[in-house]
Amino acid sequence: MTPIQLVFLFVAFATLWAAFMVVTRNNLVHAALFLVIALFGVAVLFVMLEAGFLAVIQVLVYIGAIAILMIFAVMLTRGDVDDIPDITNRYAGWVGLVAVLFFSSLVILMAQWPSFTALAKPILSSRDTIVELGTALVSPNGYVIPFEVASVMLLAALIGALVVARPRKGK
Amino acid sequence: MFGSITTDMVLAILPEIALLVLIAVVFVTDLVVDEKRRGILAWTSIIGLLITMLLTAFFAQPGAEAETLWGGMLRHDWLAYVSKLIFLFGALITTVFTLNWDSVRFKGEFYVLLLTSTLGMTLMGASADLIMLFLSIETTSIPLYVLAGFLTDDDRSTEAGFKYLLFGAMTTAVMLYGFSLLYGFAGSTGLYEISAAIGAGQIPAAALAGAAVLVLVGFGFKVAMAPLHFWAPDVYEGAPTPITAFLSTASKAAGFVVLTRVMIAAFSSVQAEWQLMLAIAAVISMTLGNLVALSQTNIKRLLAYSSIAHAGYALLGVIAASELGAASVVYYFLVYVVTNMAAFGVVIVVSRVIGSDEIADYAGLSRRSPGLALVMLLAFLSLAGIPPLGGFIAKVLVFAAAVQAEFVWLAVIGVLNAIIGLYYYLIVLKVVYLTPGKDEQKALPTPRPQAVALVVSIVLLLLMGTVFAPWYQWALNSASALF
Repeated sequence: MTPIQLVFLFVAFATLWAAFMVVTRNNLVHAALFLVIALFGVAVLFVMLEAGFLAVIQVLVYIGAIAILMIFAVMLTRGDVDDIPDITNRYAGWVGLVAVLFFSSLVILMAQWPSFTALAKPILSSRDTIVELGTALVSPNGYVIPFEVASVMLLAALIGALVVARPRKGK
Repeated sequence: MFGSITTDMVLAILPEIALLVLIAVVFVTDLVVDEKRRGILAWTSIIGLLITMLLTAFFAQPGAEAETLWGGMLRHDWLAYVSKLIFLFGALITTVFTLNWDSVRFKGEFYVLLLTSTLGMTLMGASADLIMLFLSIETTSIPLYVLAGFLTDDDRSTEAGFKYLLFGAMTTAVMLYGFSLLYGFAGSTGLYEISAAIGAGQIPAAALAGAAVLVLVGFGFKVAMAPLHFWAPDVYEGAPTPITAFLSTASKAAGFVVLTRVMIAAFSSVQAEWQLMLAIAAVISMTLGNLVALSQTNIKRLLAYSSIAHAGYALLGVIAASELGAASVVYYFLVYVVTNMAAFGVVIVVSRVIGSDEIADYAGLSRRSPGLALVMLLAFLSLAGIPPLGGFIAKVLVFAAAVQAEFVWLAVIGVLNAIIGLYYYLIVLKVVYLTPGKDEQKALPTPRPQAVALVVSIVLLLLMGTVFAPWYQWALNSASALF
């Protein structure tokens, strides 16, 4: 077993453990903090896949912005940050069963696929991936249309959020 | 590395460019116009949509050969062209029907969101790449969540918006998971490359069928087919009625265009599997939609269940997976958008006057407004599939496609369901024409713009049922772009 595989196993288990803790904690703030660990684990996985830019984005956007936003939202919207006594309902067992079945069938199906065990092709180090990413985002033969549409969508989401959240007149 | 932009590429996204300009114009107008003259917001949208439709119809028409442009993101073919015209027509009529809704017609953001959603739909019609497809579906859906809950003073509208958001977010997440599996298997996000990669690779059919199920969850939600229809009645009932009309026509049609394109383009190697899945969904949609519609007392809920049933009929065309099948789906939605717009138009005009959506309150409508009653008669008979209206030809085509693809049992179930459907459409018409109402002497006036929209819809409906050839040629052209 190579050192890189050991690192992968450690990071993968840490990420899964943190993700499991997120959905089982009774305290929302704790859950949000575990989410930070899980998201950081994903960032490390990106680094191991030589996707440095994605790793930075993962840390900046998911940990830096979204997780912190969640923690603030929890603290600002709940009068008290007490534990929620019961976070499961009577369907919890069934949902767990479906999740296990789904995961195991996915693994079994994937195992039949020859490319599943194939080694990834090494990325040529001569290509600067960030430059390529930047060019692809604005090139007419790349992703310029999705890039622009995403901005339109975000504008609409912003307007929509204002419509929903703005206080009514006379109230 | 940097390609240049050709005229073809610009013409392919001409409708989107026009819509984006229109969005900006409405947005700025909303900022500068004073309180008393805000009525021009709706009129700006109407005129802008008309211009966009004309531009699209005359300049964005594709050639005989389908082209994949913008780095494989968008497809410039007849299916995209016809579907864009359908969505723009839907948005136009929807905007006309907002003209007497005081709670929305002075709000610029309402029209900005409506137009953004339309922009998303036009892109859905042309998407040839998973990333593009996902973004366009979201651009369509996010404004619609807000629009369904736009009347924040009305609890039912808020509930509708929230329910739509939760269902939508959930199904979108499942669909995105399917997309990611598909990308993992094929190593490409382009729909047509995926199909080639699947043909060449040794991906287990069961895994592909699994990805197809996940993707179908997202599409099934958009088209409101069973078993993903739960949101439809509540959202249709609570949302502002023009938005209900838009959801049940343009949004559903957009879902079907995507469904047809993705299933035929990307999943051709597991065709038998998804045909079976969709066949089950179609049978449940038709039967459940029609049976539950029988007991409805609210006209918007009745139309919601009817629209679930119609998703089932239209699915027969997708299941056929043939050129006739795809053409029948396009024809179905040409007719369905026009018909349902007319039906909801009557509901909107009537409910503004009588302040109720209960079927019982429609009693005596034929004496109060013979014109509205006639529009309702024609629209409902078309929904039921009675000649010489468009709905008849649409149903004949989907059933014919099912029979041709050797799904005779599906066509038989479809015909039986059409008979159940006829019953509840006739019950509403009986209330409208025969049951005596309490305010029979009071006339029920139709504002002129809405009257024009209703007349245009009905004329188109009659044309689609009688002058069959030009529309069918459109549908055939669209279908041949897929194969």
